[in-house]
Amino acid sequence: MSVTRLMPSQETADLVELVREVASRELAPHVAEAEETERFPREAFRTLGKLGILGLPYPEEYGGGGQPYEVYLQVLEEIGAVWASVGVGVSVHVLSCYALAVYGTEAQRQRWLPDLLSGDLLGAYCLSEPHAGSDPAAMTTRARRDGDHYILDGVKAWITHGGQADFYTVMARTSDDRSHGISCFLVPADTPGLSADRPERKMGLTGSHTTMLRFDGVRIPAHQRIGAEGQGLSIALSALDSGRLGIAAVATGLAQAALDTAVDYARQREAFGKPIIEHQGLAFLLADMAAAVETARAATLRAARLKDCGLPYSTEASIAKLVATDNAMRVTTDAVQVLSGYGYTRDFPVERYMREAKVMQIFEGTNQIQRMIIGRHLARGATGSTVVVAS
Amino acid sequence: MNIVVLVKQVPDTETERKLDPADSTVDRAASDGVINELDEYAIEEALRLKEKHGGEVTILTVGPEQATDSIRKALSMGADKAVHVCDDALAGSDALQTAYAIAQTLGTLEYDLVILGSESTDARTGVVGAALAEYLGLPQLTLANKVDVDGTSVKIQRQTDDGYQVVEATLPAVISVVEKINEPRYPSFKLIMAAKKKPVTKLSIAEAGIDADKVGLANATTQVVDFAPAPPRTAGTVVKDEGNGGVLIADFLASKKFV
Repeated sequence: MSVTRLMPSQETADLVELVREVASRELAPHVAEAEETERFPREAFRTLGKLGILGLPYPEEYGGGGQPYEVYLQVLEEIGAVWASVGVGVSVHVLSCYALAVYGTEAQRQRWLPDLLSGDLLGAYCLSEPHAGSDPAAMTTRARRDGDHYILDGVKAWITHGGQADFYTVMARTSDDRSHGISCFLVPADTPGLSADRPERKMGLTGSHTTMLRFDGVRIPAHQRIGAEGQGLSIALSALDSGRLGIAAVATGLAQAALDTAVDYARQREAFGKPIIEHQGLAFLLADMAAAVETARAATLRAARLKDCGLPYSTEASIAKLVATDNAMRVTTDAVQVLSGYGYTRDFPVERYMREAKVMQIFEGTNQIQRMIIGRHLARGATGSTVVVAS
Repeated sequence: MNIVVLVKQVPDTETERKLDPADSTVDRAASDGVINELDEYAIEEALRLKEKHGGEVTILTVGPEQATDSIRKALSMGADKAVHVCDDALAGSDALQTAYAIAQTLGTLEYDLVILGSESTDARTGVVGAALAEYLGLPQLTLANKVDVDGTSVKIQRQTDDGYQVVEATLPAVISVVEKINEPRYPSFKLIMAAKKKPVTKLSIAEAGIDADKVGLANATTQVVDFAPAPPRTAGTVVKDEGNGGVLIADFLASKKFV
């Protein structure tokens, strides 16, 4: 990958080098086959889990890596550049741990977080429903209190790792109050009454399984509720802010991979007696692609720095998600153009990149939702501030 | 059981490697330095022996300042500590001088086993292990694809072209390994963080007990007289199948001694 990274320490620089090495040796050889055959690459997550990637941004005292998002997202970008499905999977796993790590009680964290962050387990995050996507408060999945248990009934949709995950972070309705009637639960995959449909037949990210998840009288001990009753929607939206940064990083990596492939090709392929990159029409196209990738990276890391400093970053996360995924769509589409006829075939990866980029404009909040969040922030007339970051 | 693993930093084989025309030594600025690949197998084997028998794994590197990158990587694989002999006087030392320098340094350490890769990807002399054992007066067990330690003795399978030999010796001993022996592990982020706190002892040649007159380019026992870049790859042979393709391919393979 032709990227110069600024890392805060020798150890994190070594980590990026290690991830590059492992991604190219252990992940890259399996991407085309797994995507073609729609095979979920569970072993790729075990490999990354052993390196400590699956708990990287969470506290060391619970088995995490204790790293800021600025580091985690650059690692995630490296993974996304080699295998978008796995990058998205890591982001979803980290998202699924968020509720427990941030809103769990100390006892809950000590009991479950080390397992979730160990690298052995994989998580999923269940918010959307067939008729409640962009408007999660419209959800109908119910959690009915029954003594010291809750009983969950309903259907969740578009669940990344559905049927593959070891645990699910689930939002369900505990009262009819539209936005304050939702609560968050930790549901182990082997809980009776929980079942996943067959994976959706998707356009891209075919190695990543996305399913409906059915809750049929799923009985959960009350101590597996995370946060207060009714706090679920705000937990879910807070988790999504950080999840959007994950998707922005994966999209940036995907776009970088498309750019690298296009540049390699354009330097070798000749037309009219010289490499096509020396024709201005192609050079300008590639230059715009490079500018789009760097813009995405800059927006993502800027939002990460705000988060790492404990400052509000929700708007910037939406901007990063919007810019990185829209740019990835354009860059991957243009990469197909650069490789032209070859780019349109499945013998080269760029048509796959293009299919993979599309969904990134859709999940973790559609890009229309991102614009809505940014617009609302502007409408509030928020003012900025100047903050000194201690070094 | 205490094990010393010899780790050499070499130019990355995935980049274009060059010699310095001025003194015919490796141009270290021309490519990234990495751990010699076979040394990673040596580290892995030492870590496995430690996991089985206890003790400590010490990395020993004789090399320039930038070899600290490789030492850090070796420590992040799980070794306990490192000794780095780093001295300008060592520049240009050949294989025998290097073996001498390592032997002298080992005199300052306590160990039951010394493990190294059977050759390096840069010089490829493959003699350091044997020379080292001679300097130390220890048994040498080379080209090991399997190692078993039992109390005070060690037994290896020594790989040959058509099989293996079983070689046994008493400890302490010097073992060189081939890549069939294991699959080296990757570091993890936790081990990378832990490596930061592991001791690395840096020694000058004087501190390691190495005689300055016996090392360095000027005192080398071998000399690079001439070198040239590898010739560019020639076009392959195209076999046109006119009913006899199989015979032509068999003839070709036989001419190259593949069959």
